[in-house]
Amino acid sequence: MILVWMIALPLLVGIVAWIAARKSDGLSRWIALAGLLVEFAIVLRLWVDHPIRMLTPGHSSWLVELKLAWIPQLGISFHLALDGLSLLLVALAVFLAIACVLCSWTEIQERVGFFHFILLATLAGIIGIFLAMDLILFFVFWEAMLVPMYVMIAIWGHENKYYAALKFFLFTQAGGLLMLAAILGLYFVHGKATGTYTFDYEQLMAASIPARTAMWLMLGFFAAFAVKLPAVPFHTWLPDAHTEAPTAGSVILAGLLLKTGGYGLIRFLWPLFPGATAAFAPVAMTLGVIGIFYGALLAFAQTDLKRLVAYSSISHMGFVLLGVFAWNELAMQGAVVQMLCHGVSTGALFIIVGQLHERIHTRQLPRMRGFWETAPRMGAIALFFALASLGLPGLGNFVGEFLVLFGAYAAAPGMAIAAAIGIIFATVYSLWLMYRAFFGPRNDVVQFADLDLRESILLAAMIAVIVWVGLFPQRALDTAGPTLRALEPHAVRSTGATAEHPGLAEVSPPDWMGMVKFPGQDRAR
Amino acid sequence: MAQVPMEHGLYVAGLLFCLGLLGVLVRRDLLFVLMSIEIMLNAAGMAFVVAGAGWQQPDGQIMFIFILTMAAAEVAIGLALIVQFHHHFKTLDADAARRMRG
Amino acid sequence: MFELLWLIPALPLAGFIVLALLGGVLAKRAVALVGAGSVGAAAIVSMGAAVEFISAPPPANSVTQVLWAWMEVGLLRPHVALYLDALSVTIVLVVTVVGFLILLYSAEFMGDDESYARFFAYMDLFVGSMLILVLADNLLFLYLGWEGVGLCSYLLIGFWYKERENSRAAMKAFIVTRVGDVGLAVGLFFIFSSLGTLHIQDVMHRAAQEWAVGSTAAMLAAALLLCGAVGKSAQVPLQTWLPDAMAGPTPVSALIHAATMVTAGVYLIARTNGLFSLAPAVQSVVALIGVATLLLGGLSALAQRDIKRVLAYSTMSQIGYMFLALGVGAWSAAIFHFATHAFFKALLFLGAGSVLLATDEQRDMTKLGGLRADMPYTFWTFVVGASSLAALPLVTAGFYSKDMMLWNAWTSPMGSPWLWLGGALGALITGLYAFRMVFLTFLGERKTAVIRRPGLVMYVPMGILAALSIFSGFLETPGWLGGMDYLSPFLGTALPGLPHPSMQPAMEFFLQGLTSLLCVSGVLAAYFLFVSRPDVPERIAASKSGAWFREFWFFGWGFDRAYELIVVKPFVWIALVNRDDVVDSVFTELARVNEALYSDLSETQTGKLRNYAFGMAAGAALAIGIMVLL
Repeated sequence: MILVWMIALPLLVGIVAWIAARKSDGLSRWIALAGLLVEFAIVLRLWVDHPIRMLTPGHSSWLVELKLAWIPQLGISFHLALDGLSLLLVALAVFLAIACVLCSWTEIQERVGFFHFILLATLAGIIGIFLAMDLILFFVFWEAMLVPMYVMIAIWGHENKYYAALKFFLFTQAGGLLMLAAILGLYFVHGKATGTYTFDYEQLMAASIPARTAMWLMLGFFAAFAVKLPAVPFHTWLPDAHTEAPTAGSVILAGLLLKTGGYGLIRFLWPLFPGATAAFAPVAMTLGVIGIFYGALLAFAQTDLKRLVAYSSISHMGFVLLGVFAWNELAMQGAVVQMLCHGVSTGALFIIVGQLHERIHTRQLPRMRGFWETAPRMGAIALFFALASLGLPGLGNFVGEFLVLFGAYAAAPGMAIAAAIGIIFATVYSLWLMYRAFFGPRNDVVQFADLDLRESILLAAMIAVIVWVGLFPQRALDTAGPTLRALEPHAVRSTGATAEHPGLAEVSPPDWMGMVKFPGQDRAR
Repeated sequence: MAQVPMEHGLYVAGLLFCLGLLGVLVRRDLLFVLMSIEIMLNAAGMAFVVAGAGWQQPDGQIMFIFILTMAAAEVAIGLALIVQFHHHFKTLDADAARRMRG
Repeated sequence: MFELLWLIPALPLAGFIVLALLGGVLAKRAVALVGAGSVGAAAIVSMGAAVEFISAPPPANSVTQVLWAWMEVGLLRPHVALYLDALSVTIVLVVTVVGFLILLYSAEFMGDDESYARFFAYMDLFVGSMLILVLADNLLFLYLGWEGVGLCSYLLIGFWYKERENSRAAMKAFIVTRVGDVGLAVGLFFIFSSLGTLHIQDVMHRAAQEWAVGSTAAMLAAALLLCGAVGKSAQVPLQTWLPDAMAGPTPVSALIHAATMVTAGVYLIARTNGLFSLAPAVQSVVALIGVATLLLGGLSALAQRDIKRVLAYSTMSQIGYMFLALGVGAWSAAIFHFATHAFFKALLFLGAGSVLLATDEQRDMTKLGGLRADMPYTFWTFVVGASSLAALPLVTAGFYSKDMMLWNAWTSPMGSPWLWLGGALGALITGLYAFRMVFLTFLGERKTAVIRRPGLVMYVPMGILAALSIFSGFLETPGWLGGMDYLSPFLGTALPGLPHPSMQPAMEFFLQGLTSLLCVSGVLAAYFLFVSRPDVPERIAASKSGAWFREFWFFGWGFDRAYELIVVKPFVWIALVNRDDVVDSVFTELARVNEALYSDLSETQTGKLRNYAFGMAAGAALAIGIMVLL
C-alpha cells in the first residue's frame, strides 16, 4: 500500500493546499512544503529499509510490489512496483518538487493554491510513471501528467505561453498516441501467440514477436520516449516550453519530464523488444551524438538565458540516449547517473535564471554583465552549476558522462569519440554563459540583492547532491545496479565487435548475471 | 382490376422526392423550403404506401401514418422557427442566416 | 608518515573550503594564514614523507594509500587512491614548496585586492588539485586533478573579471586545453576497453605483456595521452592559450603557468613512460614537438614587448626542452629540468611581479628601464633567474639540467644530432631573449617612476627561489665536474634509466663547451644589441624582412589568426545562422500546412442552409450510386 500512498499523498496534499489558499497563500506554501518533506522522508525510509538485494536469476528485483485486479476481463491490472531504478528517480522527483515549491515562494503570486495543486498533481503523475508496471496503467499516468503540466505553462508562463503550452502538448500527445498503438499491438500479438491477453509488464517481457512486427512496435514506444527525452529531431518543443514555463515548470520539465523518457527507454524498450532495439541501436546512438552537438551548438547561439539552458538539456540528454542504447552495465549506470545529475544541475540553473529574472525582469544575455560583483554568491553558485554541466570531474555529471562514454566506447568506439568531442562544445556554452552574465565591467544600471537565505539553502542542498554523487557515486550505482543487471540479459548482444577487441568481452561478458565472477575481475582496480 | 405496376408508383414517388429536393435547394424563401420538405416527406410516404400495396403488407400504411404525424410535428416546429426567423431577420430569405460560416 | 599521505592534497583543499565558506568574514591576515598556511603545512607533510621515503625506502619503492572506492561498475573500479614513488615525491616537493613560497609572496602582493579571499581560495584549490594530479594512482583520478587544475587556471586567469579581455583569455585557456583533454579522455576509454584497468602501474604492466613494441594499440594509447599533454603543457599546436593566460595576477602566472600546471603534460608522459616506450614513433613525435615548440617559443619571446609574455613564451620553450628530453627517453633529465625550471621561472615571474607592483602594472619593457638603481634586490634576483634560464655555465641550475637534456638528445638511442642541434640553437636564443628582458627592464635610462617597493614578505620567497635556482643544479653534474648524481638514481626507482652512452668523455666535454659557448654568446649578443648599440635592433626591425619577422613572431607565428579563421569563425557563423533552429522550421511548416488546409476547408462552411442541403443530397446520391453500381 505504501506505493499507493506515494502517489496519493501528493494529490491529497495538493488538494489541501488548494483549499488552504483561501485562507492565505503562505499557508498553502507551507502545507505543500510539509507534505513534500513527508513524502521525501517516506522515500528515504524506503531506501534505508530495503537494502538493495543482489539479484539472483529468476528472483524478482522488486523492493515493494502491489498488484490488484483492475479490469481483469481485458488483462489490465493495477500493478505498481518499486525497484532500485524507480527508487532513485522517485527520490529525484520528490527532491525537485521540494525545490520547485521553494523556488516559487515569491515568484508565483497568482492563484497560489491552484499552482500547488497543479505542481503536486504533476508530481503524482510522474511518480506513477516510475512505479507503474502495467502498460495501460503506465499510459494513464503518462497522459495524466501532461494535463497539469500544460495548465502550469499556460497559466503561469511568460509572454508566449499559449503557443509553448500547445506545442508541448501536441508533441507529447503525438508520441503518446504512437505508444498507445504500440501497446495495443503488443497486447494483441502477445495474446494471439500465447492465449493470455495481458498488459502486464513482466508477462509481456517474455513475449516472442516476429522481427518485423517487433520493429514497428518498438518504434512506437521509441517515438513517445524520444519526444520526451528529447532526441533530435523531436526536440523543438523543449526550448519553447522551458523558456515560457514558470521557473518551477522549467525545473519539472527539465528535471523530471525528460527523465520519464530515459526511464521508459531503459524499462520498456530493451526488455520488451531486445532484437529490434539492438538492430535500431546504431540509429538511436547516432541521434544521441547528433543531439549532443546540436544542442550544444544551439545553446551557444542563444541570447535568452533560459533558452540557452534549455538547449543544453538537449545536449545532456544525448548522453542518456547514447548510454541507453549502448546497453551495457557501464553505459546504463552512466545514463542513470546522468539523468539524476542533469535533473539537479539543470534544475538549479533554471532556478538561478528564474531568480535573475525575478530581480531584473529580463532573460536577455546582451542586457546582462558583471553580475558577479553585484551578487557574488549567486555568481559562485552559477559558476558551480555551469561547471557541473560542462562535466567537471568530482561533480556528478562527470560520473554520468564518463560512465556513458566508457560503456559506449565498448559498444561503438566511433560514437564515444564523437560524443567526447561534444564535451568541448559543452565547455564553450557553459563558459559563455558565465562570461556574458557574470563577468565583465560593473553593471551600473541594474542593481539587485544577492541570494537570500531561502534561495541559498535551496541551492546549497542541490550543490551537496551534485558533489555527493560526484565523489561517492557508489550508493546510487549500487541502488540501480541490480535492476540494470537484471534487464541487461534481455538484450541480444551483437557480438561482432568482440573479435576485434578482445578486451570487450571482459567489459560485458554475455552471461553477465548477478554475481557471476569472471576472469580479470580480481586484478582489476 | 388491372393493377398499376409497383414500379410506376415508385417512379412517381421518386419524381416527387426529386421535385421536393430541387425545391429545397433552389428556393430561398423559407416558407417554400418548408413546403418542399413536406413534398419530400409525402414522396417518402407514397413510396411506403406503394410498396405496402405491392407486397400486400400493412406495414407501409402504418409507416405512412407515422410520417404524417411526424410531418405535422415538423410543420408546427418549422413554422414556429420561421416566425422567429422573420422576427429576427425581417425577411424569409434562408441565405440571410449565414452567421455560422467558417 | 606515509599514512598521513592523504593530508598532502587534503590540507590545501580544506583551506579552499574554509576560504570559500568563510572568506567573506575573515580578516585579510587570517585569510593569508589559512591560504598560505594550509599549503605550507602540506609542504611540511610532504617533506616528512620525502625524508622517510629516502631514508627508509618502502617495499617496491612505492606506497599506495586507498582512501575510498570511487565507483565500481563492472571492471571499472577506479579508487580514490594516492600513489607515492620517487617521481611523485619529487614533484610533490616542488609543487608544495614553490606553491608555499608563491602564496607567501601573494600575501603581500595581493594585499590591496578586494577579492583577497577569493584569490587564496582559488590558489588553494589549485594546489590541492595539482597534488591530486601528481599523486593519483589511476588515470581517472588523475583526470580529476587534471581538470581541476585546468579549472583553477581558468578561474585565476579571469580573476580580474571586470576586464572583458581577462575573462576572454581565461575562456580561451580552458577551451584550448579541453581540446587536448578530449584526446586524453578518449585515451582513457581506449586503455580501459583494451586493458581492462585504469590503474597506472597495472596499465603499464599489462601493456608490456599484451602489446608488442610499435603495435597499433600501443601507438594509439600513447598518441591519445600525448594529446592531453600537448594541450596542458602548451606545446605546438595547442600552445596559443599560454601567452594570453598572462592576464591573470602575476603570482598565478608564476605558480600555474610556469612552475606547476603547465608541466603536468611532462609529468603525464613521464608517469606513463611504459606506454611511450612501447610506441617509439609517438615518442619521436614527442621529441619533434618539443624541438618545434622550443624554437617557436624562443623566437616569439624575442619579439615581445610585454615582460610577462616574454616569460610565457619562454615557459613554452623550456617545456619544449622537457618534451625533447622525454622524446629521447631521458625521463630523469626532463624531471630534473622540471624542478630547476620551476625554481628559476617562478623566481623570474615573482621578479616581474615586483616590477609591475613598483610601476603600477607597466608591462611594456620598452617603457621600463633603469630600475636597477631603485630595486637592486629585485634586479639581482632577476639576474640570477635569467642566468639560470639562459643556462650560464657552471654556476646556474639551468645549465646542469639543460646540459643533461641536450647531452641525452644526442647520445640516447632515440636521439640524433639534429635534435641536439635544435636544442643548442634554442639555447642561443634563450640567452638572447632572457638578457634582452633583463637589460631592457633594469638597465638604460629610467622611463617609469617607482611608486612602491616590495616588502620583506615578498623578498624572502624571491631569495629562497634564487638560492634554489643556483644550488639545485648540483644534484646532478657531468662526469668531469664531480659527477654528482643524486637525482637520477633516486628517480631510477620509478623511471627507467638510459643505457650508458658510448661516446667519449672528450666528446662530451666538447659538446658541453659548445652549448656553453652558445649560451654565453647569446647573452653577449643581448648586451651588444640592447645596451651598447640599441640602434642595431631598431634598424633590423625597420628593414622590410625584419619587420615581417618581428610581426610574425610577435603574434606567435600566426597560430591565433589561423585558428580564428579555421575554427572559431565557422563555429560562430553556424551557431548564429542556426540560432532559430532549422529543425523547428520543419515542424512550424507542418503546423502551417495544417492551418492552410483547415482554412481552405472552412471555406466550405458557408453558413448557407441550401449549400448544406445540397451537400447532404449529393452525398446521399453518391452513396446510393455506389451501392447500386457496385
